Amino acid sequence: MVEFFKTQLAFSAALMLVVIAAMMGTVAYSIYFERRIAGWIQDRHGPNRVGFFRLFGNFHFWGLGQPIADGLKFFLKEDIIPARVDRPLYLLAPVIVFLVALIGFAVIPWGGVVDLDGDGAWDVHCQVANPDIGLLYLLGVGAMGVYGAVLGGWASNNKYSLYGGIRAAAQMLSYEVPMGLAILVVVVTTGQLRLEGIVLSQMGPGNCWNILVHPLAFIVLLTTQFAETNRTPFDLAEAEQELVGGFHTEYSSMKFALFFLAEYTHIITNSAFIAVLFLGGWHLPFIPGLQAGDTSIGAMMFKMLVLGIKIVALIFFYMWVRWTIPRFRFDQLMRLAWKGLVPVSMGLASLAALMVYWRVPAGTIVAKVVIGMLGNGVVLAVVVAVLVVTRGKVTGRQLSMPQIGLLAPAKPGPPSPRGSAS
Amino acid sequence: MITDDDVIIVDEMRRDLSVAERFWLPEIARGLSVTIRHLFKFNKRVTVQYPEIRREPRLQEDLTDPRKQINASRYRGVHRLNRDAQDRVACVACFMCATACPAHCIHIVAGEAPWPDREKYPVQFDIDELRCIYCGMCEEACPVDAIELTYEYDLVGTSRQEMIFDKDKLLEVFDRTVHLKPRKNPKITGYAGTGRPIGGPQRPLGDQS
Repeated sequence: MVEFFKTQLAFSAALMLVVIAAMMGTVAYSIYFERRIAGWIQDRHGPNRVGFFRLFGNFHFWGLGQPIADGLKFFLKEDIIPARVDRPLYLLAPVIVFLVALIGFAVIPWGGVVDLDGDGAWDVHCQVANPDIGLLYLLGVGAMGVYGAVLGGWASNNKYSLYGGIRAAAQMLSYEVPMGLAILVVVVTTGQLRLEGIVLSQMGPGNCWNILVHPLAFIVLLTTQFAETNRTPFDLAEAEQELVGGFHTEYSSMKFALFFLAEYTHIITNSAFIAVLFLGGWHLPFIPGLQAGDTSIGAMMFKMLVLGIKIVALIFFYMWVRWTIPRFRFDQLMRLAWKGLVPVSMGLASLAALMVYWRVPAGTIVAKVVIGMLGNGVVLAVVVAVLVVTRGKVTGRQLSMPQIGLLAPAKPGPPSPRGSAS
Repeated sequence: MITDDDVIIVDEMRRDLSVAERFWLPEIARGLSVTIRHLFKFNKRVTVQYPEIRREPRLQEDLTDPRKQINASRYRGVHRLNRDAQDRVACVACFMCATACPAHCIHIVAGEAPWPDREKYPVQFDIDELRCIYCGMCEEACPVDAIELTYEYDLVGTSRQEMIFDKDKLLEVFDRTVHLKPRKNPKITGYAGTGRPIGGPQRPLGDQS
């Protein structure tokens, strides 16, 4: 019986419970922190009132009771299913979107190999599942998320919802391409799809975090993940000003909450994904306890903490960007994907392939980083050269629209006192 | 008057974006640096933490920080009925305010004045503070400057009846606000004397006792 609890299956089950509980808490509190950070960035306070039933006098605990109140509110709201919706799909959509966001977490390597009883006999992976195709699984599951948006938009029988769903689909399809190419950089460099192996390949002698060798690929992946999670500046699928609420316009109560929670779950999954691919997963250089050979239970906890901190930092970055950059227009979105990110990430993938061909991964860290940076510099120089040569404006609209009003070419008449603006 | 020379036309579309702007990343980094600076301005938040901290009413000449203070002479809060120099109600029951009121929240019952200097006075003067929209038109309509809006904004009650302010209540408001908002023009009608001297019963704003 004791032996059973030392098997991978039992350990995975236990880890699953822990991760799901931690995820739910993180999701609830990332909504709270999103609002707090929004407030701070806009010189406000954000929600700072809801405490815990005045158990501690007049102290509000900085509003930390807010997620509980919000959750309670969602449960108590009236659940409205509008007439003439496609009922099965309407009910299925929030389930799909939430489930898909959640199960991606199964392959995130939390703490490497753990030796549960100290003699090396029962080594388990601190990971719910450790398949060879972990990366493909994560990609496939992540792309499924758009089904929820599309189905919800379609089933709602509302034109704004449908617009939201269509936008989500188009955006997802466009951004899958550069995302796949940016991930290809990592896959080509490390030569495997197993996430645990990708983490291990970023440590040890002669190896370093992928972000140091391929910084542009990191930026491309980060950008596409913003699009993937429907976060500002890529939140066209739920653009409030244009589409009421986007694909979840017709949803209320807990069904809406599922869409809402899925968005944040998606962010957490994607942050973990980026951290594993480019930021060394649970690894920090030079710190004992975080290296490949450390297999004690304490080291596992430490590794989970480190990965957690990286995830939280990335989540903060998501929120920081959300309250900085306004939403793209749809043609700008497509232009960025197809004319910007796709060519750049193609260049980066070729660069990674060339580096493997020339056996650069076998070199020292310094050589690797210098060559990687040089390659990135070449790609960057090409981008800047193209920008200089084309002198194109940012949007197609400005070029194609007839000039009107004040911008029209000056008609012959009395000279303006302002002179001609140039 | 605005002349043509005063108009500045922000004509961004005439200018081609620079290479850095079209590359986006430098501009995004600039934007992020702006927002992160605001994120850490913890003691410069503009929100007033209302029940604990209230904006303090001040005379216009004493105003230093409009975020923390209210211009007492200009704010449109709860009404008051002014007293004249003899502490009588200054209102002459002309119904101008009730006529001007777009929300029809002022109800006056006029009676013959017991004093020789005017014909009528309000026997009853009720304002429904819940119906009022605080537009200030009653104050503008009043020929003797008897009705004024004050700087008091935290108006609470437990019933609708309680929120209908009668003459006594409105005079009370005058007594407690006159030190920060003196009568505007006490001499306008000639009979109102010089107004009430500053120094009536005072209490700080928000003290509900």
